[in-house]
Amino acid sequence: MKKLQKADYIKMYSFMLKIRRFEERAAQLYGMGKIGGFCHLYIGQEAVVVGILMTIDKNDSVVTTYRDHGHMIARGLDPKRIMAELTGREDGYSAGKGGSMHMFSKENNFYGGHGIVGAQVPIGTGIAFTHKYNGEKNICRTYIGDGAMNNGQVFEAFNLAALWKLPVLYIIENNKYGMGTSVDRAAAGLDLYKRGEAFGIPGEKVDGMNVFSVIEAADKAGKYVREGNGPYIIEVQTYRYRGHSMSDPAKYRTKEELDNYKQTDPIEIVKAEILKKKIATRDEIEKINKDTLEEIKNAAEFATNSPFPKDSELYTDVYL
Amino acid sequence: MSTEILMPALSPTMTEGNLSKWLIKKGDTVKAGDLIAEIETDKATMEVEAVDEGIVLDLLFEEGEANIPVNKAIAIIGDPNEKVEAKKEAPIEKLIKENKIEKNIETKIENKKADIIDTPSPKIEEDRNLSSEEITMRQALRDTMAEEMRKDNKVFILGEEVAEYQGAYKVTQGLLQEFGKERVLDTPISEHGFTGLAVGAAFKGLRPILEFMTFNFSMQAIDQIINSAAKTLYMSGGQINCPIVFRGPNGAAAQVAAQHSQDFSSWYSQVPGLKVIAPSTPYNAKGLLRSAISDPNPVIFLENEILYGLKGPVNNDINFSIPIGKANIEKEGKDLTIVTYSIMLQKSKEAALRLKEEYNLDTEIIDLQTLRPLDTETILNSVKKTNRLITVEESWPFGSVGSEISNIVQRDAFDYLDSPVIKVNSADVPMPYALSLEKLYLPQVDDIINAAKKVSYIK
Repeated sequence: MKKLQKADYIKMYSFMLKIRRFEERAAQLYGMGKIGGFCHLYIGQEAVVVGILMTIDKNDSVVTTYRDHGHMIARGLDPKRIMAELTGREDGYSAGKGGSMHMFSKENNFYGGHGIVGAQVPIGTGIAFTHKYNGEKNICRTYIGDGAMNNGQVFEAFNLAALWKLPVLYIIENNKYGMGTSVDRAAAGLDLYKRGEAFGIPGEKVDGMNVFSVIEAADKAGKYVREGNGPYIIEVQTYRYRGHSMSDPAKYRTKEELDNYKQTDPIEIVKAEILKKKIATRDEIEKINKDTLEEIKNAAEFATNSPFPKDSELYTDVYL
Repeated sequence: MSTEILMPALSPTMTEGNLSKWLIKKGDTVKAGDLIAEIETDKATMEVEAVDEGIVLDLLFEEGEANIPVNKAIAIIGDPNEKVEAKKEAPIEKLIKENKIEKNIETKIENKKADIIDTPSPKIEEDRNLSSEEITMRQALRDTMAEEMRKDNKVFILGEEVAEYQGAYKVTQGLLQEFGKERVLDTPISEHGFTGLAVGAAFKGLRPILEFMTFNFSMQAIDQIINSAAKTLYMSGGQINCPIVFRGPNGAAAQVAAQHSQDFSSWYSQVPGLKVIAPSTPYNAKGLLRSAISDPNPVIFLENEILYGLKGPVNNDINFSIPIGKANIEKEGKDLTIVTYSIMLQKSKEAALRLKEEYNLDTEIIDLQTLRPLDTETILNSVKKTNRLITVEESWPFGSVGSEISNIVQRDAFDYLDSPVIKVNSADVPMPYALSLEKLYLPQVDDIINAAKKVSYIK
């Protein structure tokens, strides 16, 4: 496994915390009517993307689902511009034309942000195809929600990736619910990571509340893919604390279930580890907390003051 | 009793074949199921089996003879003691002469030839680089892909049967041999998956040419075409474009019925972010496909199976292109305008000849070439000159390309119109299988003539 430095612990804690504070603020802005449409929060799932990102090369590519804010923050993208996209302003990553679900940053090899369940899976497979076609040693990380694992195109993509030995790492973020339908009411066979077996794609299940477990699995899987062995599947067991989207009161699950998961809060796990290993003091952590809160407050400020896109922008970017 | 072995139709659109090899000789005894010959069609070389039994009495063609029409007798088998007249005339032609044939067989031949008139238009003849040799539409498409693949390593082709099979309609023939399996990829029958894969590759900077065996199968993949390929440039605020060509045969072939005969021109033309092209000749197929492959946007390139065998001169300059968004005035005229595209250009040209001969009407024909963006200027200028318009297309009538043209013309040239615009489309029903009904379904030359008479107030 990748040897973690002291700075890595601080980095993980900071990014996970930043995602949480960002999402809380997004929820507040949504409630104030500053953010419209659909808005899917990542709270509870922070360890997944942060863990995976500890193992990658900056020239690797990524595609994900519409639950994408946390993915962008973890990638090091500017929270101000992410929030400005959520508020539909011209400084947003998609200039206000994409919104929460459709954000991209080509220069950071971040290929969205896809609003259609499952559609990002063949797309990520195609990006991996390009890495191979160009003779690059990079891989494409393709995130999949548990809901998409019952979608036909996902299996078509698995078949193609295995057939052509494409450098794609599939990461199933199993947060237990596809909108309001629990996995056991949607999937025949609960081991989603085994769904590549028929194609000869290896897979494993990982505790997604614990960032250290995620790193270990991602490191091993990433090496396998990068060495030209073809695709690999990691199923990360995680949990979203909030509803599917802002309009979901999450009546389909119990408070006890939620409280139970909160006992293993991913951010608290890292914090405890930092204190135990004496990587930072309580005061230093408190400072990170304060700075993060401040940064996100500024992002919200920026995003609500950025201008709306000009009317003339309606007709741009339809064709290149 | 002797039996004639006829040149078989080995595909729905085959009209003739080449006898590449005899596997039997005179005097052989053949049983049903024995292989008797190798026939080369426009798509492949295939072995033909005997269905009747007897002794081979005569072989009517030499090995290597080409362009033998479907249903022509190629051999005679039977009882060796029976006296046989070697008939070189196909029984179908004989029967037509003797008036014994059923009308729908006659229709079948007519349908397959698709009323093709391949006289080059005046503009093409002005092209100083025009080849003296005529090539088929399928060769024109293949040559253009090969030329672009030689120029740019990022161009690759994928689809069902494009590589080892050499193309379901032979459009990709030879590409695997020249460019190898890294750039010419056979896919599984998995349109949704491989379309999404190609879109992802285009996002990442490659320039895929994706062949749909027919556009009917693009419905399996339409989410990726519209939600991913067409919209991502906009959704990403201009960051991520999708330089991809989706190509393949569109519309009716011959008797392949409802699920394999759909015309998608108006479906795709409705979508901002897509460009839609429908070539009608080898000449414009070359020029337009080159523009499509070079374009940084997703392009829907609607070919037509019946036109694949259409021959014509081309411009062989490897940089020759026809701009997207520009219609071609195929024939100038002053009395009425026909706006059409793809295979209906051929029927429109035939209608124009008859309108001149029978009604002294001088028809202007506009071949749209590109459906989106639409060349409204050329259409409006023509209507302002002729004052009468009919649109002719194979798609269903509701919300068709002709519907949009009618709207534009009534809005922008209302005062120039001397009669209402009339649309000629296919019937508003699923495509039937029966030959007689298929003919009724598709727009025919008579339908165009009737529409032209109507806008000209001729009884």
